[in-house]
Amino acid sequence: MSADVKLEDVWIRFGEFVAAREVNIHIQEGEFFSFLGPSGCGKTTLLRAVSGFLSPSEGKVLIGGNDMAGIGPNKRPTALIFQNLALFPLMKVWENIAFALEVKGVGKAERRKRADELLELIALPDQGDKMVNELSGGQKQRVAIARALAAEPDVLLLDEPLSALDLKLRQHMRTELRAIQQRVGITFIYITHDQGEALTMSDHVAVMSQGVIEQVSDGNTIYDSPESSFVASFVGENNHFAGTVTHVDGDFVVVDTPSGSIRARNIEREGQKQLQSGDEAMVFIRPESLQFCDNQSFDNTLNAVVERQEFEGNFWHVFLDVEGSSRTVSLSMVNDGSSVVHDVGTSAKIGCNAPLAVALPAGSLAAE
Amino acid sequence: MISDRIRQFFVLFFVIGFFIYLFGPLIIMGLTAFNTSAFPRVTPWECFTVEWFEVLANDKRLLEGLRNSFLIGFGVVCFAVPLGLAGALMLMQVKDRVRPWYYTVVISPILVPGVVLGISTLLFWDRVGLMFGASRDSIFYNGFFLTIVGQSTFIAAYTMLVFISRLQRFDPAQEEAALDLGATHVQSFRKVLLPFLKPAIASATVLAFLASFENYNTTVFTSIGTSVLTTVLASKVRYGIDPSISALAVSIVVLTIFGAAMHEVFKRREEAEAKQAGLVAAGLQEKKKVQRQWFVDPAVIIILLVFIAGLGTAFFAGTMGVDECKVAVKEQKQAATKKRVEALQKRNQEREAAEKAAAEAKRLERSQRTGTENFNTIFSNENLKPQPGKKADTPRTGTENFSGIFDSGNLQQQAGQEDEAPTGTENFQGIFSSDNLQQQSGQEQPETEDANQ
Ligand SMILES: Nc1ncnc2c1ncn2[C@@H]1O[C@H](COP(=O)(O)OP(=O)(O)OP(=O)(O)O)[C@@H](O)[C@H]1O
Ligand SMILES: [Mg+2]
Repeated sequence: MSADVKLEDVWIRFGEFVAAREVNIHIQEGEFFSFLGPSGCGKTTLLRAVSGFLSPSEGKVLIGGNDMAGIGPNKRPTALIFQNLALFPLMKVWENIAFALEVKGVGKAERRKRADELLELIALPDQGDKMVNELSGGQKQRVAIARALAAEPDVLLLDEPLSALDLKLRQHMRTELRAIQQRVGITFIYITHDQGEALTMSDHVAVMSQGVIEQVSDGNTIYDSPESSFVASFVGENNHFAGTVTHVDGDFVVVDTPSGSIRARNIEREGQKQLQSGDEAMVFIRPESLQFCDNQSFDNTLNAVVERQEFEGNFWHVFLDVEGSSRTVSLSMVNDGSSVVHDVGTSAKIGCNAPLAVALPAGSLAAE
Repeated sequence: MISDRIRQFFVLFFVIGFFIYLFGPLIIMGLTAFNTSAFPRVTPWECFTVEWFEVLANDKRLLEGLRNSFLIGFGVVCFAVPLGLAGALMLMQVKDRVRPWYYTVVISPILVPGVVLGISTLLFWDRVGLMFGASRDSIFYNGFFLTIVGQSTFIAAYTMLVFISRLQRFDPAQEEAALDLGATHVQSFRKVLLPFLKPAIASATVLAFLASFENYNTTVFTSIGTSVLTTVLASKVRYGIDPSISALAVSIVVLTIFGAAMHEVFKRREEAEAKQAGLVAAGLQEKKKVQRQWFVDPAVIIILLVFIAGLGTAFFAGTMGVDECKVAVKEQKQAATKKRVEALQKRNQEREAAEKAAAEAKRLERSQRTGTENFNTIFSNENLKPQPGKKADTPRTGTENFSGIFDSGNLQQQAGQEDEAPTGTENFQGIFSSDNLQQQSGQEQPETEDANQ
């Protein structure tokens, strides 16, 4: 079984402090949905409102179409995987997994059988009799998932479950989590502040900042067509240039910046006006969208001096001092053998085509 | 170099001094339990014995007190441990702003003098009893009940401190996880929190029991007619003690050391297990077989052997040859007394003889001088002597009285008088001299033996 989750006008306050502001989200049943945002933006708080440890100050939480107001966490069809896992250290692995069955009064033999099945599912067969602290980090992780799945929830909530793991294991667990989700077919709501994680695993991602949902979309759209300056600066690397819109030309606008005028896409934003002439705007250009002009021509060109270069095997990262911009601009190029290396201190023209530049209303940026 | 030496010396000095200060009284007391002397003491050492343990085992009042103390301790554990747990759980629940106040209130019984707690318990339950019109033999006037309740007032605060320190290490997410998985609050308490608190419950139990067992100043009020160990001991000290108290102390100390050693062994086993678990989890080590059962653990066996061997040695050394030794000591003492008496008699005779001789000599001298009745003899010793009816005309008469005060003969005489003192048992002088006490104990011993049979 699987269920959809709906947050309607949810506000969560702690005294004066607003941890969630007018949140409206519809999570489809059976999908892998991620909340992405910097630390302290209110992700855990929202998840706790869904799992029932916290009731919203305003608004409704609906699971499978039922209003959850007044229903405790032990009565909701959700299971939460805690940020620190919260496995029971005094129980064996299989007892941990079978806990949900135990409190339902299922007999021991049946519990053991079910635990063994789940251990099979998470690829940890024959580890049931170990104690929890005899497991490695990744194994604990999987046990926590099995323990939650044993409760047969309609919705599985995961609060940064991979943050404690090292990079290799994290990458491995990402694919594994996704595979488990597809096998059991229930809704996964996943919290992370790691954008790589959110983009690779999710059907949809919600980007949050200071209690506000900035954008809900699939990974591609978030990366290519961010709807706010926060999303543009938080997801992936981005160079930005502030300026004023001089004129609008179909889906494009021309923004006058100190580094020259830049032609960029005028992003369509749900329920909001597009940029108009005279608006304060910010143009975002990703490092991989910038190129040295050499002999090619681009919609936009900037004058720059090479400041520093970093070689990363498959990529060259070049940092440039762009005329009219006080911030260092970065440019990445694939190391395909054809790229021309520019010496530090030499001046060069760099450019990018208009569809790869994004113009958004001026707003707050993600902290670096 | 030198200063290092000096420092080391001082450190050593301090450490030794400190340990003597700590354990000296215990060791001395422990030794007195094995001396046949009827008064608890180490010198003079008479015979090694375990008879005081026998005396202890037959002391009805002490045993009853011991039993009552155990019962009360058990009651206090049953009452104060759950109370402390509830208090600690409550502390975790209340709002941050209220917490310091709550903490102060529940901890305050520790700060109130035990005497006050005792009296107030007594008064309070008396009032309650009156309110219900309860009779004098109802529970409100029962020493067991009052003592358990009175002691629990502050022992519950101790146990609460134990629980608080454990609870602070509890991850509240675990309780939430249990709830999230469908457990009710009761289930989550029973299956998650309680197992976590198990070690704290064990320590709180031991702490509560010991605190109850050794409590005097509250108990002395609340026990009313019930005799408990501490009150029995106190009355014993008031009416004269014998080494069976030392024997009791030795038993308690030995049991404590035994318990502590066992506790240490089990703690180490647990730690070793945890460490191994860590190594296994880190993939550094294959999981070994489970540890040996505790009763085949070498450490446990060694401790048990030492314990049993110590008991056995004490028993054999303390029972074999004690009677012979006692007889020998008695004979020795009698011989010593006889010798002393003889010596005194001899000295007395000598002195009498000397006095007689001196008197004789004086008489002779006087008779020689009587003839000369002129003024030239006016300053003679004889004339200056005060004569009845005749007022002393010169100040020298005074000196005459003191003349010879430093005379060596005189001094000797006085020393002789002093020597006499010890023999006179009617004087209080020398009542604490070891000889005297020895004599008394020699007299008492047979009596106690009779009483025991
Ligand atoms: N019980 C509470 N009382 C007051 N403020 C709280 C409470 N819980 C959370 N907050 C505040 O709400 C904000 C959001 O917290 P939340 O735990 O949801 O962050 P998060 O997005 O999960 O961050 P992280 O990635 O670090 O886990 C924080 O500023 C936090 O201080
Ligand atoms: Mg969080």
